[in-house]
Amino acid sequence: MKVSLFITCLCDVMASDVGKDTVEILERFGCVVDFPETQTCCGQPAYNSGYVTKAKESMKQMMKAFKHSEYVVSPSGSCVAMLHEYAHLFKDDPEWKEVAQELANKSYELTQFLVDVLGVEDVGATFSGKITYHRSCHMTRLLGVTEAPYKLLKNVKGLEIVDLPLCEDCCGFGGTFAVKQPSISEQMVKEKTEHIAETGADYVVGGDMGCLMNIGGRLSRDDRQVTALHITKILNSH
Amino acid sequence: MGIKIGNAPFRDRVQEGIENDFMRGAVSSAQGRFRSGRLKAAEELGDWEDWRTLGEEIRSHTLQNLDYYLEQLSEQVSKRGGKVFFAQTAEEANEYIRNVVQKKEAKKIVKSKSMVTEEIGLNETLEKAGAEVVETDLGEWILQMDEDPPSHIVTPALHKNKEQIRETFASKKGYKNSDLPEELATFAREQLRKEFLSADVGITGCNFAVAESGAVTFVTNEGNARLVTALPETQISVMGMERLVPTWEELDVMVSLLTRAAVGQKLTSYVTSITGTKQEDEVDGPEDYHLVIVDNGRSKILGTEFQSALHCIRCAACINVCPVYRHVGGHSYGSVYPGPIGAVLTPLLDGYDDHKDLPYASTLCAACTEACPVKIPLHEHLVRHREIIVEKEKKAPRSERMMMDGFAKWGSHPAAYKLSTKMARKALKPWTKEEVIQSGPGPLKGWTDVRDFPAPSEQTFRSWFKTRQKGGRS
Repeated sequence: MKVSLFITCLCDVMASDVGKDTVEILERFGCVVDFPETQTCCGQPAYNSGYVTKAKESMKQMMKAFKHSEYVVSPSGSCVAMLHEYAHLFKDDPEWKEVAQELANKSYELTQFLVDVLGVEDVGATFSGKITYHRSCHMTRLLGVTEAPYKLLKNVKGLEIVDLPLCEDCCGFGGTFAVKQPSISEQMVKEKTEHIAETGADYVVGGDMGCLMNIGGRLSRDDRQVTALHITKILNSH
Repeated sequence: MGIKIGNAPFRDRVQEGIENDFMRGAVSSAQGRFRSGRLKAAEELGDWEDWRTLGEEIRSHTLQNLDYYLEQLSEQVSKRGGKVFFAQTAEEANEYIRNVVQKKEAKKIVKSKSMVTEEIGLNETLEKAGAEVVETDLGEWILQMDEDPPSHIVTPALHKNKEQIRETFASKKGYKNSDLPEELATFAREQLRKEFLSADVGITGCNFAVAESGAVTFVTNEGNARLVTALPETQISVMGMERLVPTWEELDVMVSLLTRAAVGQKLTSYVTSITGTKQEDEVDGPEDYHLVIVDNGRSKILGTEFQSALHCIRCAACINVCPVYRHVGGHSYGSVYPGPIGAVLTPLLDGYDDHKDLPYASTLCAACTEACPVKIPLHEHLVRHREIIVEKEKKAPRSERMMMDGFAKWGSHPAAYKLSTKMARKALKPWTKEEVIQSGPGPLKGWTDVRDFPAPSEQTFRSWFKTRQKGGRS
């Protein structure tokens, strides 16, 4: 199966290991992974800030980059939810309407792709440690991926998973919100990291780098003994 | 007071909210109760998603045929002896009500809880005209004594605790007992009973008006709306022009959704309807009944992409799940309508000038949209507001606009994108210590003020992928 990786700007620059792990996981299940070099950012930072016209310039670039892909897979629920939104945003644009819909149809978040498309629930990983899982808002509420990450994590050998209190609450990232409203964002991430610490977990695991940078950044600021990890790290550990 | 409460800048209001530890404790525990109550009530009902769809369909149908149903409602109320007044603005509504009150030479007015009368600032108008206005919802009564605006649309005094309430009762009403809720409530009942019995006019809001019969319906737990409507001979109901349902059948659905979504109850203790004046064959009912239907900016929303904001049934489910509201509290929004629905509705009713910050008081986590019993896409409306503020109203800061110009170029030019990603690590090096940035430059400052920022990876993913040996890690 041919899969094009959409790395996301955050993973490309800030967490290239997430991309490396994603490639290796996909290859382990027989995917031939390519990386369309002209991909940039999904446009979400501009779109969510109200700069829809400017966001569309980036979006068009993305549609061009993945035009010939069979599947587009990405280690981010939020960025994939954005790709899905293209279909709606370009529905009145005759030039882009169809390609936007096609991109929406063929784009998957990684755990969603593994479980729903490849039918894999056990990736054969081993990881010893106690984790709690941060279900990111866009992955669950906008993309509708709620079960796939848990299914995959449950089958990882050596892993102990503990529930996160108030797991449904946003961590306070919100893209540009984190820098535009730092005082509100601070309260949100403070509460989130307090709940994470309460669980006694060694790691907080998630599927969106934005949330993880926010949570991880606060954990590090407060010198907490919990590490934020992208789910790909666990799924690619042996 | 009107829809806008307070003149302090948004940032200051938020800071004040964040520093109010007591309020935050009260809000988070109330959110906890409301959230679990709503989920439990939804589960008990079963098929919650089907109910939401039905709720959305009813609201959408009613709004699409609003002129028809408003006319029908008006006809029915008139037929039953009531007078109907369509107020285009808050001023028109206030003036009409003031005239009724003055004609009756009313000295005392009892009111049941009504957000639309908060929105139009009715109490102030009536007080200026020399009438005594008494709020009879317990929360509203407490706030009225303290001259404090509501911080929540269902439980307006959510931000106060029993000790504070005891103090208010003691200083304003000579209360001498403890802060036990039972004792406080008994005192309130005694005090309010006197007010009910001596009032000349009763004013209510309206949860839903039933167009086919002209019945105006109130949903309460305290029964105060029943007393307000049962005792004074002159009755005035004030409703937002969208708050109606076609028939009793739809009322059943909407009340079922409202009480569950709001407080997790199958039904509130009281659901009261008032249909015009006392008829010849009836033993009781008001001698004089007025229904004031308030537009105040609502008709401007009809037919726009924001129309579904008018579906709102004021249950506050969105407020109860909102993690931003949780930390900043209701007064931070600077509007009688706080939380996600407030952030959507307030700029629509009162313009962007005073409320342009509200659409940004959200991480777009969509918890509100998920909780809404009538499926208002609240987080999408917030994005639309931002789009209007940026692209139409041109109210975005210059520095942000320049940054977004840069973003558009970056995102649409792969070569520039590639180069900048490659440079990121080096560019941030002066601020990086041991792979962490604790005090970042420019736009990063907001981030690093409250949390660390990691150093960019040593090698971007794309350069790794390009030079990677097939199947290898390096």
